[in-house]
Amino acid sequence: MRTLKFLLQKEFRQIFRDKTIIAIILVMPTIQLLILPLAANYEIKNINLSITDHDRSAYSSQLISKITASGYFKLTGYNDSFKESLENIESEKADLTLEIPANFERNLIREEEQKVFLAVNAINGVKANLGGAYLSTIIRNYNQDLRMELIPQTKINPLPVIQTTNSNWYNTLLNYNLFMVPGILAILVTMIAGFLSALNIVKEKEMGTIEQINVTPIKKIHFILGKLIPFWIMGIIVFSIGLTLSRVIYGIVPLGSIPLLYGFIAIYLLAVLGFGLLISTYCDTQQQAMFIAFFFVMIFVLMGGLFTSIDSMPEWAKTVSRFNPMRYLIEVMRMVILKGSNFKDIRFHFLIIAIFAVVLNAWALWNYRKTS
Amino acid sequence: MLNITPNIIVKASQLRKVYGKEKTVAVDDVSFEVNRGEVFGLIGPDGAGKTSIFRMLTTLLLPDGGSAMVDGNDIVIDYKKIRSNVGYMPGKFSLYQDLSIEENINFFATVFGTTLEENYEIIKEIYVQIEPFKKRRAGKLSGGMKQKLALCCALIHKPKILFLDEPTTGVDPVSRKEFWDMLKRLKDQDITIVVSTPYMDEANLCDRIALIQKGKILSIDTPNAIVAAYPDALMEIKADNLYYLLRDLNAYEYTLSCFTFGEFLHLALKQNNVNSKLELNTYLTSKGHQNIIINPVTPTVEDCFIKLLHD
Repeated sequence: MRTLKFLLQKEFRQIFRDKTIIAIILVMPTIQLLILPLAANYEIKNINLSITDHDRSAYSSQLISKITASGYFKLTGYNDSFKESLENIESEKADLTLEIPANFERNLIREEEQKVFLAVNAINGVKANLGGAYLSTIIRNYNQDLRMELIPQTKINPLPVIQTTNSNWYNTLLNYNLFMVPGILAILVTMIAGFLSALNIVKEKEMGTIEQINVTPIKKIHFILGKLIPFWIMGIIVFSIGLTLSRVIYGIVPLGSIPLLYGFIAIYLLAVLGFGLLISTYCDTQQQAMFIAFFFVMIFVLMGGLFTSIDSMPEWAKTVSRFNPMRYLIEVMRMVILKGSNFKDIRFHFLIIAIFAVVLNAWALWNYRKTS
Repeated sequence: MLNITPNIIVKASQLRKVYGKEKTVAVDDVSFEVNRGEVFGLIGPDGAGKTSIFRMLTTLLLPDGGSAMVDGNDIVIDYKKIRSNVGYMPGKFSLYQDLSIEENINFFATVFGTTLEENYEIIKEIYVQIEPFKKRRAGKLSGGMKQKLALCCALIHKPKILFLDEPTTGVDPVSRKEFWDMLKRLKDQDITIVVSTPYMDEANLCDRIALIQKGKILSIDTPNAIVAAYPDALMEIKADNLYYLLRDLNAYEYTLSCFTFGEFLHLALKQNNVNSKLELNTYLTSKGHQNIIINPVTPTVEDCFIKLLHD
């Protein structure tokens, strides 16, 4: 126990001496939480739209003003021929083009049917998808308005119609910050704890200091605990900073219990630190450790359900994501913060993360040998 | 089990270490003994296997064959006991660069369950030289000071044996001399010192030496005995053009070996008699050499090492 105390003393002394690390620990969460949720936003605004209007009637201008009034579209071209609109797309002045045929208004009233043509630049898939969807919705709404106007009001609908209304639970206003911030915080905690612990141990190898430690009577378990405890504390600190910031900046108040969140983070950090330790046992230089850690964090982030929903992944990817500890943290964060889930709701997450922690640490310990 | 006489503190028997897939033999069945209280030198060029032997004896590396006892403890079975009793100073500076002198010493003292004050006497002489800079970080120290700090840290727990792996490599001649003076004084405190070095001139400063090459020990004895065992007559020769001199001497029919040694060439002859010097002079003059100086010379450890390499 005494040895451990001195090892911890030494670790903290070294950490606090390294001004860059302190800056990373304090500044990184702040900056990332300030910038990322604003940037990583699925809501797409400012879609450039080029319209070819062959009709130039009251109805067509009504439709156009409806589209521009939605706030999602910026009218960057208003042309007489489809060719010109296509040129706008080619020169990247427009993302979408809408063609309104000649006699749009006349045919619509006379034949009660009319077609418009929508062409989408699909290079930016997300923008194209959403832009097309938004535009279709606006046109559909416009269509409904027209029907109201043209078909005389009757008490009973002539045809049975299913009306859908929806209400969003847990995130009433579909606020993306509410969705993203807990997830980004999960990444931050993972990166700081995982990277720093792996690099720190490998640094001892690289500098040769581990040799000097190994000829002392320090026990292997003490040495490892001396490395893990400081970064465990560091992870908790980063998490607290992040939680405070998301409350101050984004006004996110966890609905569920905060001690429950800390309880989960405490076990989760054990798993991540075990992961860092495992990497360090396989690496001899900080460069190797950095790249390996980076490789895995990329996978964790992209397959963790932060940016793309795990439910929409193919079966094999779903299986892979089950081995991604970050996935469980992101889920728990969202469940507890947004939904107010209690321990019973996330007990399986606890169990799985505990298994991760045990397996990763045991593997790392097995692989870390004092004598080679 | 190995029999240990009380006077022997390190006993290596058939130690063997093989590296990698190519099965490079770094240490090839090496056996030697170190007596309590002596300065024992492992002398050999880079890559001779010195560091591997050190790492095995300090329990950092498992041998692939053979066994060794350090202070009565087996290096594989009782490695824990060995770790509390030996001091190890690796060839590469490996203390915490971001901790100060004081913090490094205190850290290693506490790790061994002792304090700087408790064992101050042992390191006092070395420590006073770096004490004025005790608040300075180890990474910012000069080479000589780093070495003194490393020695302090290796000594702080009052080890019975001190393993120094190439302590003077890359150190200036003055600091080298100072360092050996420090070792002598440590010896007076009953600390056995096992030291490795590629410098042949340092061999004479050891009580006993083992000449080692390609993982094999060529000879173990006191420096004087090794030198006395040198069988051939040795001469130092100098002339205006050393390059041609070396070429011509190698072509000389009685030459056993000839190599440069500072400003002279050292020549060992196959047979030596009263006329040797005269005959050699005549030979060299006939080859057109000028200002020829030929002196008989007493062999050094380096001569012995080269002799052993040739055999």
